[in-house]
Amino acid sequence: MSMMLNEDQEMLREAAAGFLNENAPVSAFRELRDSNSIGGFSRDLWSEMAQMGWAGILVPEEFGGSEFGMVGAGLIAEEMGKHLTASPFLATSVLAATAFSKFGSEAQKEHHLPKISAGETLYALAVDEGAKHAPAKTALKAERSGNGFKLSGAKTFVANGHVADHIIVAARTSGEAGDENGITLFLVEAETAGLKRSASKMVDSSSFARLQFEDVEVNADAVIGEVDAGYEPLDTILNAGRACLAAEMTGCADQSFNMTVAYINERKQFGVPVGSFQALQHRAAHLHTEIELAKAVTLAALQSLDTEEESAWRLTALAKTKVGQVALLAAQEGVQMHGGMGMTDAFDIGLYLKRVRVAGELFGDESWHANRIADALSF
Amino acid sequence: MSELETFRIQTRAWLEENCPPDMRDGAVSEATQCWGGRNWTFTSEGQKLWLERMAAKGWTVPTWPEDYGGAGLTKDEAEILQDEMTAIGARKPHDNFGITMLGPALLKFGTQEQKLEHLPPIARGELRWCQGYSEPGAGSDLASLRTKAEDKGDHYIVNGQKIWTSYADQADWIFCLVRTDFEAAKHKGISFVLFDMATKGVTTKPIKLISGSSPFCETFFDDVRVEKVNLVHEENKGWDVAKYLLTHERGMIGEVFGNMTGGRSLGEIAAHEIGVDDAGRVEEPLLRAKLVQAEIDSLAFSTLLQSVSERAEAGESLGAVSSVLKYYGTELNKRRHELLMEIGGSDELEWSDENDNGQRSKDWLRTKGNSIEGGTSEVQLQIIAKHILQMPGA
Repeated sequence: MSMMLNEDQEMLREAAAGFLNENAPVSAFRELRDSNSIGGFSRDLWSEMAQMGWAGILVPEEFGGSEFGMVGAGLIAEEMGKHLTASPFLATSVLAATAFSKFGSEAQKEHHLPKISAGETLYALAVDEGAKHAPAKTALKAERSGNGFKLSGAKTFVANGHVADHIIVAARTSGEAGDENGITLFLVEAETAGLKRSASKMVDSSSFARLQFEDVEVNADAVIGEVDAGYEPLDTILNAGRACLAAEMTGCADQSFNMTVAYINERKQFGVPVGSFQALQHRAAHLHTEIELAKAVTLAALQSLDTEEESAWRLTALAKTKVGQVALLAAQEGVQMHGGMGMTDAFDIGLYLKRVRVAGELFGDESWHANRIADALSF
Repeated sequence: MSELETFRIQTRAWLEENCPPDMRDGAVSEATQCWGGRNWTFTSEGQKLWLERMAAKGWTVPTWPEDYGGAGLTKDEAEILQDEMTAIGARKPHDNFGITMLGPALLKFGTQEQKLEHLPPIARGELRWCQGYSEPGAGSDLASLRTKAEDKGDHYIVNGQKIWTSYADQADWIFCLVRTDFEAAKHKGISFVLFDMATKGVTTKPIKLISGSSPFCETFFDDVRVEKVNLVHEENKGWDVAKYLLTHERGMIGEVFGNMTGGRSLGEIAAHEIGVDDAGRVEEPLLRAKLVQAEIDSLAFSTLLQSVSERAEAGESLGAVSSVLKYYGTELNKRRHELLMEIGGSDELEWSDENDNGQRSKDWLRTKGNSIEGGTSEVQLQIIAKHILQMPGA
């Protein structure tokens, strides 16, 4: 497993950085936020990203994708993290693309993967039902009914859930909340009767949704994978998302840090730049060290997912934990080192603090993943 | 089968046949190291055989050229050798500052004669080296050192004092920083010389540490004659060598501490020694949380080491990255040893009893020096702030 990028990946990174710098700088994110856009992202921008192959980054070429793999997806996510780019990339191009390409039936692949690549259809993944991530605790019930199933229950913290055309739902077909067995993945059209969606603006201005299912009927062919055996596929799908979130947070950490160092090198007090004080220099040097670790674990996780190594899930958990911690530290230190300016809305540093708080919570926070690692190491 | 796979199979077979049984316990503590040299007493026949066999193969310094006692292995092959040694719990056959510090410096700056004279005895474990850097008035500010070398034509006469010279009382030779120009700016009047510790005028005095052991000495030079053939690199350019060596040393210290678990995770040790609850978890939840954080940081650190080593191999210049590794690796190692003490409880507080020599507590105390020697953590942070972040006035 290589810890270096190849030439194609380097080019993708440069292209992504160049495009986002020009078309989706932080000022664009501010405009979106201040316009109270319901979608929370620009559809035009998403179309352009799709044209560049980003929407289908994980989709096989035969379905119109660019098939760049997880390292490629992570590079884009990292650049988006630096620019705070709002887009359906995670929900549609990482989570849904992974679900269909790895676990979809031929018919599902043929129908959905080209739409993902084209950027014309939006997807969401509905997993959690409480405030803390707990996929095994899925309680939303799916009962057999006629030729299909009837879904009842509630989901929360669903990225793009209010604008998605299709929603992948983790539901319980047998057993009890807490069991890993008995979970099934369903594909539900957003306009199906009985599905109510309410949008929530989060602290970072991103858009999530709460979903209410009341006897929502789906056909048997809405099942993704096998009935009752959805937990492991779900974990695989989530791991793709977690690794991309780690990559995004690495971008956030990197950008927070660079902005902060630039600021303290400029800001003068007592007649000198405050960055000339050792008290700040050593904290900056420590942060640099932590960010180097974050970059390394992120790449290790992405590479291991691409090569499907046995350790992939553990490296992903490692990345979600470590990068979550580092990104939060970088943003917190960033606010502190910006002094009073760090508390103002006019400066960008606070936007990063808010973003990493949300990205860190999504699909398992640092403690959840740390606990998982400890369990796996048998202590 | 690829050449590397063949190499792996042959290596595995050779190790299986040649590594003595008592050298397979995976031990990495100071008590089990084999330092070699003129005065070394082997702790067992196995230790002696292991050094001889590995040296004959060139595997005490696997990546050095064969002419200098190595095996000329590529980095990939050396990694395989290390993997296979780890797999059977093989101890390192030989530790020597000649391998980790002087060797790389001589390979870069030494003349062909110097390499041929000094490197093979290091590879064979015949001469043990020590490092003469710090002085009572030159610690973090190393370049202000004042040990004086007077030019006497074909030789120098050296006078002065070093401190924190690791194992000077047991070493055969020293690589030493001396001042050859008192007029020049402090970095520009330093030279790098080699001499035999048995030379007239060299005396050493061990310093007793909080761990009870005395790995460091005060070293005194009183009119010591040093031949000029033993000047490495040019006169007054010793700081280049010193910096190169320190960079290398820091990278190495970081790496050593990145892999100090000896194969067992802290969590496993805790589960074994403290016990687990019905869910298989260490009974003390706060301790468990600290242990998993240490594991996470260790795992993260080892991915960084891998990344840095690949970047170095691809030709990227390391520079101050070694300070990143040294800083994080040593702080992590201190944290691990604090946790080992916490896991061990009162059992490990016994300094000496019939069953144990109190090694864990001695190792714990020793680790406090990790973030001081080779440049303190604060010095490393300053190097990062200056050379990587280029902060004003750093």
